[in-house]
Amino acid sequence: MPADAGTDQLGHKVIEVIARTQRIPVESVTPDSTFDQLKIDSLDGINIVFELEKEFNIDIPDEGVARLKTVRETIDGVRQLVEKKSETAASGAV
Amino acid sequence: MKRVAITGQGIVCALGNNLGECWAMTTSGQTAIAPLRDPGSPPYKFQTGAEARNFEPLAQFTEKDLVILERFALFAVAAAREAVAQSGLRFEGELGERTAIVTGSSVGGQFAEEEGYQRLYRENNPRVAPLTIPRTMANAGASQISLEFGIHGPAYTVSTACSSSNHAIGQAFWMIRSGQVKAAVTGGSEAVFSEGLLRAWEAMRVVSPEPCRPFSADRRGLSLGEGGAMFVLEEWEHARARGAAIIGEVVGFGMSSDAHHITQPCASGPARAMQWALEDAQLSPEEIDYINAHGTGTQANDATESEAIRNVFGAAAEQVLVSSTKSLHGHALGAAGAIEAVLTSQALRCQTVPPTVNFRERDPACNLNIVANEARRAPLRTALSNTFAFGGLNATLVLRRGPDQ
Repeated sequence: MPADAGTDQLGHKVIEVIARTQRIPVESVTPDSTFDQLKIDSLDGINIVFELEKEFNIDIPDEGVARLKTVRETIDGVRQLVEKKSETAASGAV
Repeated sequence: MKRVAITGQGIVCALGNNLGECWAMTTSGQTAIAPLRDPGSPPYKFQTGAEARNFEPLAQFTEKDLVILERFALFAVAAAREAVAQSGLRFEGELGERTAIVTGSSVGGQFAEEEGYQRLYRENNPRVAPLTIPRTMANAGASQISLEFGIHGPAYTVSTACSSSNHAIGQAFWMIRSGQVKAAVTGGSEAVFSEGLLRAWEAMRVVSPEPCRPFSADRRGLSLGEGGAMFVLEEWEHARARGAAIIGEVVGFGMSSDAHHITQPCASGPARAMQWALEDAQLSPEEIDYINAHGTGTQANDATESEAIRNVFGAAAEQVLVSSTKSLHGHALGAAGAIEAVLTSQALRCQTVPPTVNFRERDPACNLNIVANEARRAPLRTALSNTFAFGGLNATLVLRRGPDQ
């Protein structure tokens, strides 16, 4: 896992979405924040995932949502889905 | 206090168009959860549900009826017709004024509402159908039952999401027990397979991608269902005096609110509803033979409900048989309580516990005596039927086997 998972553009974007959806200051969200610390419960998680799907144009499977417990896991999950999407698009172009 | 007899039962859901059909499917352990007739575009993330696909409105309603009655109201009236016919009651004179109608529905006429929005927002047509309001109102079923049978007593509809019907039946039960009314037509109905509602459930991420498997370790969520079910409840001596067959008895009702979270369940609320219901029935846990569980098939509900049952029943939890018939007819939201109470009553009548089908694997978090996959013959005297709603609202009914089978 890259040490700067939360500081690159994608990481910042995920943090922004979490902060906006949760109605909390963006400074209060770091890659190391847990959902418990941010008072994100399962219902908030559904809202956040809904916004992330829209922001990154990805489809996050239901099962994955329940497993998310930290901001870093969320960033990593989104990154995987975004990379998978661009691989699929690239192979489709060949 | 008066005793409260069940003298009529009616049901229509994915399992069948009447009690005979529904019970045959139930005991054969055949789920009615099937591929959706309309898969959605783009396709819904879940592709199965328990639609009442054999329900033909024109087989028992006129074209004119369908102008005013939305699908959920048709379910209510169809179930009421079966229940009233079985009871043999006629609501003439004073009885009509002393009979109540209490129904449950969570969303009311969702199809009519969505048709209106479609015209407004998709077609830019401001001319919304003039009967949208009476078709949409959640009491449409209750009102039509009063019109059809000439019932002039208290009539209203309770809307408490998935507990709507149990709250309705409980209120009707208490009204008869306290002597306020002589009889009641009570239950609930719901029609959930509208595009807007399915998309909303999809976004909640609680609907299983496969037919639900309540209490199974590998459960992945609930399956939606639709339908309606009604009881005719009657003051015991009134039923006896007219020589009616008493096919069951409502003996207790309890309710509670979690005050915990708007969607996440907790064990203490459901436990208090069950505890109150037992106290109301003046029964101990050892006297309960069967629990028709809320058993939605979500990870959270089934584990929490199991914990609640364990807390209330203690050592008696080893004996009490538990099943979720939602594995057969899906989760019919505001109609769930009524459908499940009618099946529970029928279980007592036929001394047969309905199965939890699609069950594959025991879950240590659901450490109960689950009746899995096949119906089971058992001596049954009394049973609980649970409903727990989003919003943390819990309602439990206690039913007893009647003397006339």
